[in-house]
Amino acid sequence: MTVAAQFEIEYLQYLGPDGKLAGKLPPAVADAKALLPRFKQMLFVRTFDTKSIALQRTGKLGTYAACLGHEATHVGIGASMRPEDVFAPSYREYGAQFMRGVKPREVLMYWGGDERGNDFEGPKNDYPWCVPIATQCLLAAGAALAFKLRKEDRIAVSCCGDGGSSKTDFYAALNSAGAYTLPLVLCVINNGWAISVPRSAQTGAKTLAQKGIAGGLHCLQVDGNDLIAVLEGMRRAVERARSGEGGSVIEFMTYRLHDHTTADDARRYRGEQEVKDAWERDPMTRLRTYLTSQKAWDEAQEKVWLEECGKLVDVEINAYLETPVQPVEAMFDHLYADPPPDLLEQRAAAIALEKRA
Amino acid sequence: MSDTSNAPAAITLIEAITQALAYEMRNDESVVVLGEDVGVNGGVFRATAGLHATFGSQRVLDTPLDETTIAGLTVGMASQGMKPVAEAQFDGFMYPMVDFIVCHAARMRYRTRGRLHCPMVLRVPWGGGIRAPEHHSEANESIFTNVPGLRVVLPSSPARAYGLLLAAIRDPDPVIFFEPKRIYRQYKEVVPDDGEALPLDVCYVLRDGSDVTLVTWGAQVKETLEAAEKLAEDGISTEVIDVATLRPLDFATIAESVSKTGRCVIVHEAPKTAGFGAEIAARLAEESMYDLVAPVQRVTGYDTHIPLFRLEMKYLPSVEKIVAAVKRTLAAS
Repeated sequence: MTVAAQFEIEYLQYLGPDGKLAGKLPPAVADAKALLPRFKQMLFVRTFDTKSIALQRTGKLGTYAACLGHEATHVGIGASMRPEDVFAPSYREYGAQFMRGVKPREVLMYWGGDERGNDFEGPKNDYPWCVPIATQCLLAAGAALAFKLRKEDRIAVSCCGDGGSSKTDFYAALNSAGAYTLPLVLCVINNGWAISVPRSAQTGAKTLAQKGIAGGLHCLQVDGNDLIAVLEGMRRAVERARSGEGGSVIEFMTYRLHDHTTADDARRYRGEQEVKDAWERDPMTRLRTYLTSQKAWDEAQEKVWLEECGKLVDVEINAYLETPVQPVEAMFDHLYADPPPDLLEQRAAAIALEKRA
Repeated sequence: MSDTSNAPAAITLIEAITQALAYEMRNDESVVVLGEDVGVNGGVFRATAGLHATFGSQRVLDTPLDETTIAGLTVGMASQGMKPVAEAQFDGFMYPMVDFIVCHAARMRYRTRGRLHCPMVLRVPWGGGIRAPEHHSEANESIFTNVPGLRVVLPSSPARAYGLLLAAIRDPDPVIFFEPKRIYRQYKEVVPDDGEALPLDVCYVLRDGSDVTLVTWGAQVKETLEAAEKLAEDGISTEVIDVATLRPLDFATIAESVSKTGRCVIVHEAPKTAGFGAEIAARLAEESMYDLVAPVQRVTGYDTHIPLFRLEMKYLPSVEKIVAAVKRTLAAS
């Protein structure tokens, strides 16, 4: 037999679910203390997520897509980017976005039904949340192409889910990344479920990472609940992108511990035992165990930090709740740089109607 | 015989497109051209002929053969400060692009409250009548005229193609730029390469008249002007308006004409039902009812798919159909 080409997919894991080291640590995180800011960020994200779900349940927020269980992946991705890079998220990667300067109040504004949530004060060139599945991957490819043509030292990073990796747009993104050797990192966050459809029903491919092989990209599968593996996987992909070697697909193996969104009830389609088992692989627990074993963290510190997180999130929630609704004319604003007269007439009519009401 | 004058040569509509692209690529280095076969080949209709040789592969990009890719990359580049001019090779190939046009390009500015925007142009060789294979002959403009945030342009002469394409590229918002491929090479006119853009929101009165207003766009301008000539022989004076930019619509120019003539025939090659003619007729009903002395008439494609080319000319509006519609409006009052 003559082999035309051969491929393999490397799997990265450093920290097992028990919090014990499964391999030699990459140099960047050999000192456990280096992981502390990331761990604290993960705790902040979980606090935010918990409080956001509560806000929705009490009628103070619209439908919300929780990120419970994804904290290591999200924070690790955000920690691997530079401010001048561009991030194109789907709609639950708050951990990555907070690290890039997106404010929790902006997340709440968005899910609270106000476009101003997309007007990030921080990362001005980052894309807003993207509901049409995986289209953000191709926007990121376009951004990466712009960086390359302008010879800028910037990269684009985009996330989609296991379901998103079935979409034309995902394939188009990885294909163009290969065709143009783009500085692009495509993160497939495999949390097991696309609403009610399990990963096994999405594709016959053994891994989702291997889809990148078709486009000539660097491919890697990492334990997305192991922050160290996430950071190391991202480091490799980001370095490739920055050095002109081209794009990567990284599959992050994690689990959606919550419903798809607050409008979903996962009990209809997945068993309790599966979720119980997934909690055993919780990214938070294993990192806490490890950091504690390294004397870098303890219960007292966690208690203090969680209190702090609660306060920080409450400030954001209050800022969101106290933001007045936009005036009716806001729905006409920012549609065109130079709005046509017909539109301005409709705007004036809407304002007049409001005044009569 | 040698041409000793310095006057520029007359050019066709497709050459005017090329001239505008080249002008703006010289003028603004953030302008890039991308699409299938637009590079060395110069485009299947030759719209980008010579651009690759002049500007190189960093400015003129052949894409992988995927319309989704073209649309997605275009929106991505535009939202990061470039001015991409993408080509959808044929009208019937652009449907996979709709997701990016509607969900991203048209609302990037809106949903980010102005933080990001999409200064992009999608050029689309448009319409039937060139004996092309299936899916190469669609008049699908009204799919896009219903999308807020877009500008939809459809020039019908070399000079307007040049000026409107320059305006489209310079506009900070996304423009769908349909090009009537049937008249790509219909006639030539002198189009000075002076970089002068035309306004993106006006209709053009191509012929003054007093009895009936004929409103049309794209390749049908040809048949409509021919019909106007024929009607003139019978002593019927028609005013012909080329809408040119469908969205935003310069309704004032149409209304003014109808206030003078009292009659209106709308001509377009897209199917009748919910075609853009319906919007113009509705606006006339809303705002010009008391100026009308006869019911508005539409001469359009039938509510069928455009048939393969043995029948396509029977599908399209014709001089005879336009003349008949005009006579109906005259008979009504």
